[in-house]
Amino acid sequence: MSHSRLSMPRVLFGVAAALLFLSPIVGAQTTAITGGTLLPIDAPAIEGGVMLVEGGKITAIGAADAVKVPAGAVVVDATGKVVMPGLVDTHSHIGGIGAADSSGPLQPGVRVYDSINVRSSGFRRALAGGLTSLNIMPGSGHLSSGQTVYVKLRYGDSTPRTIDAITYRFPDGAPMGGLKMANGTNSIRNEGKGGFPGTRGKSAFLVRSLFIQAQEYRAKIERAVDEDGNPDESKLPDRNLHLETLLEVLDGKRIVHHHTHRHDDILTVLRLAEEFGFRVVLHHVSEGWRVADEIAAAKVPCSAILVDSPGGKLEALNLVMECGGILEKAGVRTAFHTDDWITDSRLFFRSAALAVRAGMTRQGALESLTLAGAEMMDLQDRVGSLTPGKDADFIILSGDPLSVYTRVEETWVEGEKVFDLSDPKDQLYAEGGYGAGEEISPYFCCYDHLMKKEAN
Amino acid sequence: MSSKITAALFGLLAAGPIAAAQVAVKAETIHTVSGPVIKDGVVVVTDGKIAAVGPAAEVSIPAGHEVLEAKVLVPGFVDVRATVGLTGIYNGDDQAHDQDMLERSAPIQPGLRAIDAYNPREELLEYIRSFGVTTIHTGHAPGPLVSGQTMIAKTRTTTLADAVMKPFFGVAATLSPKAQSGAGAPGTRGKTYAMLREALIGAEAYKAKLESYDGEGAPPARDLAKEALVAVLNGEAPLIVTANQAQDIASALRLQEEFSVKVWLDMAAEVYTLMDEVKAAGSPVLIHPTTYRAYSETKNLSFTTAAKLAEAGVPFAIQTGYEAYVPKVRVLVFEAAIAAAHGLGFERTLESITLSPAKLLGIADRVGSIEVGKDGDLALFNGDPFEYTTHCTGVVIEGEVASRAVR
Repeated sequence: MSHSRLSMPRVLFGVAAALLFLSPIVGAQTTAITGGTLLPIDAPAIEGGVMLVEGGKITAIGAADAVKVPAGAVVVDATGKVVMPGLVDTHSHIGGIGAADSSGPLQPGVRVYDSINVRSSGFRRALAGGLTSLNIMPGSGHLSSGQTVYVKLRYGDSTPRTIDAITYRFPDGAPMGGLKMANGTNSIRNEGKGGFPGTRGKSAFLVRSLFIQAQEYRAKIERAVDEDGNPDESKLPDRNLHLETLLEVLDGKRIVHHHTHRHDDILTVLRLAEEFGFRVVLHHVSEGWRVADEIAAAKVPCSAILVDSPGGKLEALNLVMECGGILEKAGVRTAFHTDDWITDSRLFFRSAALAVRAGMTRQGALESLTLAGAEMMDLQDRVGSLTPGKDADFIILSGDPLSVYTRVEETWVEGEKVFDLSDPKDQLYAEGGYGAGEEISPYFCCYDHLMKKEAN
Repeated sequence: MSSKITAALFGLLAAGPIAAAQVAVKAETIHTVSGPVIKDGVVVVTDGKIAAVGPAAEVSIPAGHEVLEAKVLVPGFVDVRATVGLTGIYNGDDQAHDQDMLERSAPIQPGLRAIDAYNPREELLEYIRSFGVTTIHTGHAPGPLVSGQTMIAKTRTTTLADAVMKPFFGVAATLSPKAQSGAGAPGTRGKTYAMLREALIGAEAYKAKLESYDGEGAPPARDLAKEALVAVLNGEAPLIVTANQAQDIASALRLQEEFSVKVWLDMAAEVYTLMDEVKAAGSPVLIHPTTYRAYSETKNLSFTTAAKLAEAGVPFAIQTGYEAYVPKVRVLVFEAAIAAAHGLGFERTLESITLSPAKLLGIADRVGSIEVGKDGDLALFNGDPFEYTTHCTGVVIEGEVASRAVR
């Protein structure tokens, strides 16, 4: 039954696409989302509003009497539904990733971009959860496990063939992303193998040493360049991918995404960020509630995790559901993340909803899943709100975003429907079942000392 | 110094048998589970037992009862399979000293009792209790081929003797690649199954020896491991088999056929592939926590399996189970909520964490519904217990207000 419901619009779309191909004079197709409750995030909710999409961008949004649906537009009737921006996950491990290996604690030159399997079912499941932009990160078993990559889930009827099809780009064309760093216990390895630290003091020492090396590397390069900006090849230092990455961090091009749980570890990150002047987002922040004022004063944003109970490990012993609300109240820009596989991408709304249960405002919670995360990845001009000029990444929900009973019914990326709950294939990813899951867990390299209690 | 002594004395007092307080709860909606929903109702708990249930107009609250109020009142939840009490709140860290749910020194150790590891003062108990759980079936975790015994307890912070309902309930076994780890562990599925059969056949021989002993000469030497398996062979204790993939579930059912033991299916991620077989076997399913990680052997789990079990008429209950690194699945009502929203619906979901597990565990005469004569175990909520944004506002165990936190 759902097959026949589905095939019709697909046929129509196919015809439209064929017409477009055959006759270049036909203008770009407009899609109009009508009748639903629009939650633009950066503006108040619009009941029964209209949003127009053309060329993959949002072109207009407003009340039904203010935005006219042009003749010939494809109308998506969202009456009784809630429409909001696609969710932005600032911290995910899907895609069968693996970056730095066990050879050393600081490997900023290694890219997670080079490890991603675009055919991983994790991407389909993320779309089922309403996620459209992700920061895919290597793990936290290192002080720096490498570069992260920001992706946009352009998954239509056909799966992207390579990672490049879904990668956001810096203005220079390079894959866009941040740098994953970590402190606390994950990256502390008592055996001291491969130069890994055994204490927090040593962890900070190693990081400071490498940043100072990067500063000296920069000075060498500057000395090799004359007044007109021409480099003297003989004076240029050998290329060093690790240090080149840190220069991007020092230049503010690449944001540090820093795993940190305990309040003193959080303050260590703020201290290092101040010393070297890098931009940073604090991730997890289990004890962020203890130093919310200090984080606010440093004007550093937080991407928090919310799991169901404290004590996943010692450094998360004081994790509380109240954290998001306390950070919000202190004036800290706050997002949540899935940390998928730690929590499931399909249940991302749950993190924000439980934060509301524990004191966060509804508006803060909705921003924490969208615009706040976009800002933490320098993507706020592209995504995170339903704003004319931004990418047409949006989701259609069956009801209140913060209710357990609400389902993501459709996910759209750049004006294309990429998930439809009424399609049995998509439903499989949304609910689970035979063939929905991932064969292997993400490769985190250096967690063996933490995970040894679990077989396999 | 003196304050320390006072605290110690107080601790001793608090740990003694609980003088059941007298409590009444007024609620806008009472879900009794065993009977119809009561609007504007009252539940009276006297001397630890439910003394009266009914509309406020018909039930008077006796003098001396503390009166609590709730929007929604439900029976205290029963977690059909957990490891809490053996698993502590710290979890999976070198420095942790509260991780007694996995013993890897040998693959088959049914002689390990749960009561010898259960910590009734564990902080994690306090945490899950504050979300409405009043009874747990807990014990050794899935992992080793036969990991040990399970027990049933109330979640009160008290002495072991006072908390325990059944000191020995079942024996936990694992038929999955997870059993292929630790000293002497099997390396394949075939070997896993062979070793389990060998253990049961050995127990059969031991049982025969015990039964043929006529009192002449020395009795057969005691064997704690085999004694536990004899209880399984005698049908006194279920063999709770953790199996996720279809072939492992089929293996568990084969075991039941060969040895005529009561096999309970634990986790059972792919049980939807064998629903007819499971139903025919009569094995109850302790279905995996709904939000368990969908990777590796649980890669094909589904949010809708609980609903499918209900449709098929297979006895089941929802559990929190055991998740190792950064466990999320500790709060039963959260796991139930996802099932409720994926086809199971409110009533059946509530039953799957109250009366259904109580029946499976053989304790329905005491817990699982709000009925006169049952234990005064209640959970108070300020709205639909399954909604993300409502709160558990109080928990009563045998008439004692065990949590006043707003969660």
